[in-house]
Amino acid sequence: MLAALRCVIHRDLLLATRRSSDVLTVLLFFVIVVSLFPLGIGPDPELLRTIAPGVVWVAALLASMLALNRMFAADHADGTLEQMLLGATPLGMTVAAKVFAHWLISGLPLVLISPVLAIQFDFPQELLGVLALSLALGTPVLSLIGAIGAALTLGLRGGGALLSLLVLPLYVPVLIIGAGAAESAASGLGGDAQLLLLGALLVFAGAFAPWAAAVALRVSVE
Amino acid sequence: MSINWFKYSSPQTFFPLAGKLALWFGALALVACGAGLYIGFFVAPTDAQQGEAYRIIFIHVPAAWMSMFLYLVMAFWAGLGLAFNTRLSGMMASALAPTGALFTFVALWTGSLWGKPTWGTWWVWDARLTSELILLFLYFGFMALQAAIDDPRRADKAGAVLALVGVVNIPIIYFSVKWWNTLHQGASVSLSKAPTMAATMFAGMIVMAFGFWFYSIAAALMRARCIMLERERASDWAVEYAKGST
Repeated sequence: MLAALRCVIHRDLLLATRRSSDVLTVLLFFVIVVSLFPLGIGPDPELLRTIAPGVVWVAALLASMLALNRMFAADHADGTLEQMLLGATPLGMTVAAKVFAHWLISGLPLVLISPVLAIQFDFPQELLGVLALSLALGTPVLSLIGAIGAALTLGLRGGGALLSLLVLPLYVPVLIIGAGAAESAASGLGGDAQLLLLGALLVFAGAFAPWAAAVALRVSVE
Repeated sequence: MSINWFKYSSPQTFFPLAGKLALWFGALALVACGAGLYIGFFVAPTDAQQGEAYRIIFIHVPAAWMSMFLYLVMAFWAGLGLAFNTRLSGMMASALAPTGALFTFVALWTGSLWGKPTWGTWWVWDARLTSELILLFLYFGFMALQAAIDDPRRADKAGAVLALVGVVNIPIIYFSVKWWNTLHQGASVSLSKAPTMAATMFAGMIVMAFGFWFYSIAAALMRARCIMLERERASDWAVEYAKGST
């Protein structure tokens, strides 16, 4: 079974590297959205420092949502998904592997570039690690929850806008706790509590979301 | 003598029953809402601190209760439909969603009408307000998903998955919003400070809650009747009914 999962991950990563512009688009979207905020709000460093974690988090949330459409769409279009549904590997495990691959492609780059963007906001350097760590724990949760939404809206008209309507309310806890980690670290309280909560959310979502997404896939492909 | 638990699980037998029940619960809702409003506006004393403005709670609090309760009921039917593959359960779930969204909206709206004279602001990012707003989005998501799917069976099941995921998330959302608020600053205004309530106020609120409850049952059953007719339009009984009513 592990071989099958490795195969799924390897295949998705290979497909992504062959069409690397898709990956870059999401990353550039993230960078641009974050850079727009100072233009809209004004360059006051004091203000920017306060809103930095929130802005980075909201932008990461939107960027990861933008990438969700692609999680199952191509496999659905060429029939691979049906083979996965019929295959011997438990569908929940296959979904988990796909979500992991999807996170490597669309979530991890955001985590890696987030410190650079936070510096633009004059965010204290010693806290960049907390921000990146909160994103590293939080973006997989976004991918996991998003997988359910992507599976439910598979092949529907108006998929993108509908997907955001379904998924964004469910993202709220991750956003609150994730942005809260760096904020409370900046205010001197330390972000440990939020990071632990994010870890708990990740474990919880990792256990249940692939399974729910598998049910949703069966409903959608039926 | 065994009871046939599934007698009313088919649209054909449930349709007339739903009609009768909707009528009765509609009448009960009228009576209870009339009585509740009378108690609220004429019997209950004026609040010492908030003046007459507080009287909006006779609509606001029951609406807020119903908004949360209806989501649970909706998720219950959705889960039942997913587990036992019963047709009516999905119809009930989609019939309940608009009523739930309505009450959520009413709760938010009356809340801001009450907030302006009492708190001096239409909106604060209080934990309860925020989670009620997110609940409204969850209802909208459920309805939008069902509206986007043409095949009713898929719509039912997809909606059911979403409703169940939402139910799991509601406590997480509520607590995260609560912690978010308390982490930032202590709430300057709190909904839970209510001083001990006069018995008549409480009675008015309970009667109104029953009125809204009966209204929800009546409205959901009426809507379920429409959905049943629409989906079963090819079956004999629906054709019979359509002939008889025109």
